[in-house]
Amino acid sequence: MTNMIEVKGVSKSFGGVVANHNVSMSVPEGQITSLIGPNGSGKTTLFNSIVGYHPIDNGSIQFEGQEISDLRVQEIARLGMLRTFQQTRIYGKMNCVQNMLISIPHRKATFMDMFKPHDAEITEKAEHLLEFVGLYSKRKLLSGNLSFGQQKLLEFAMALMNDPKVLLLDEPTAGINPTLINGLIDRLKRANTEFGITLFVIEHNMRVVMNLADNVYCLAHGEMLAHGTPEEIQNNQDVIDAYLGAH
Amino acid sequence: MSMSFNKLLLHAGVLLVGVAAPFVFPAYTSQIAMMWLMVVFAMTWDLQGGQMGYNSLGNIFFFGIGMYICTIVQISMFVDLGDYTAHSGSARLDLTLTQFLTGLGVGLIVAAIGAMLLAVVFGWIVFGLRGPYFAIGTLGVAIAAGELIGTWDLVGGGGGISLPPFPGEADGTLFYYFMMLGLAIATFLFLRWLYTTSFLLAINAIRDDEEKAEGMGIQTKRYKTVSWSISAFFLGISGGLFGNMIGFVEPLEVAFPTITFGIFMVLMALLGGKGTLWGPIIGAILFHVIKEVTWTYLLGWQWVTLGALIVINVVFFQQGIVGWMQDKWPEKFGIEVDDPDAAEKETA
Repeated sequence: MTNMIEVKGVSKSFGGVVANHNVSMSVPEGQITSLIGPNGSGKTTLFNSIVGYHPIDNGSIQFEGQEISDLRVQEIARLGMLRTFQQTRIYGKMNCVQNMLISIPHRKATFMDMFKPHDAEITEKAEHLLEFVGLYSKRKLLSGNLSFGQQKLLEFAMALMNDPKVLLLDEPTAGINPTLINGLIDRLKRANTEFGITLFVIEHNMRVVMNLADNVYCLAHGEMLAHGTPEEIQNNQDVIDAYLGAH
Repeated sequence: MSMSFNKLLLHAGVLLVGVAAPFVFPAYTSQIAMMWLMVVFAMTWDLQGGQMGYNSLGNIFFFGIGMYICTIVQISMFVDLGDYTAHSGSARLDLTLTQFLTGLGVGLIVAAIGAMLLAVVFGWIVFGLRGPYFAIGTLGVAIAAGELIGTWDLVGGGGGISLPPFPGEADGTLFYYFMMLGLAIATFLFLRWLYTTSFLLAINAIRDDEEKAEGMGIQTKRYKTVSWSISAFFLGISGGLFGNMIGFVEPLEVAFPTITFGIFMVLMALLGGKGTLWGPIIGAILFHVIKEVTWTYLLGWQWVTLGALIVINVVFFQQGIVGWMQDKWPEKFGIEVDDPDAAEKETA
């Protein structure tokens, strides 16, 4: 099994605060990998480092064997690695279909592609994916007027529209109605199996992690604490002390 | 996209009014020509300010620079520019109609391309700025350009430079009127087409959340630069035409009037409804009519009236006329839940 993302010895500090220290981990192709850890343990910082939002201080990050730690966000996105945000980010003054249409992959976009009319095939794909996340009937509403949960689903659909190889999801179930979480877990799994997208998920909800992930990493105080299957992590005393027990 | 009969009627109506206006109101030909200039201003400003969320206060730069480029070309094609400006006042460049039209044609083309290239160059610098910093940065470019040209003697410095007069008996009013109308129509048709392509979605995405757009792999800088060069292209032509209409080009009042035309651009788009195709047009026409009426009937109070209009617009009516209509009747603009059966099944 090959690794899509390979993180080796990555450190990142902001002023005196060490957010990540010597973190190493890998995301295997075709699987769902989860990253857990208490608040402030450096999960989002690691995400941001991987997708290029800020330069790292030390270490190396590879995507499909290519060093990406010195690439910028857009370049990494065009390689096929996308992230969603903890605070949902969608284009609020545009309707759902427009949000989807502009989320097509820009990997090979040429200068003249800027002036392409919307073709029927792409629109159909957009509508199909909106149906997949359950937003079809609301596709002509301004996305800024949707509820928070609906916006999360839209953001997820937008990410799928981009045909990524790897999708990094920052707390996909935060703020979502508990009854809807099951539907979302199901959709995340289907994105993984049906669309073949490798997922890397930050998640606080342990029920979601246990249901979803093939393997789990646990961060604490910016350092990698443990790695294993969900069961192993659940029974790891260090993790319980640092995180699960810390209620 | 097929056009409905109503839309066709609307377009035909506006075109008819545009063509007939100088014959119905011959005394107001210049004022109505100015109105079409304002329409070009508002539409090209909205391409950044409304659709892309970048509030430029420096778009007037392209108007002024286009005016100067056009003027320089028109004069240097026939006489030595240095000699001509050295004898300003006494020098008068009389051309035949063919010469004049050739000079103007070449001048406008060079002005359009020159303004566009400068947009690419300046875009490279100022599009690193966001929000108020972008607005101030662009304003700085426009003001600096006016001041710099004022010190450049070859183009007449602060004293300005006269353009070759329109040849023959006619004073060219009608000619410039139709050139301005043509430019407004060309700008409208171009933007109407542009807004049917992915370009609109990309710049709207930049407006709504630029970081997200970057995160999705959109080449944001490319879109921003192209958007500005499109505005620069049309503004460059408008400047060239306006210079000829006035017959005299001078840096601060005519070419780079940042506090009048430069601000009007913003106000007109806000008044009509920014980020829409028709909003800036409606805003420009309304604004110009109000401005002309107050200048005629409320002289002395004209700036107060204009100021009051701005305050009312910004405080009570931020979304502008078309934006307000969109909020009031969203379904007329296609913003609605359709397929209620599906809506019931979708629990999200």
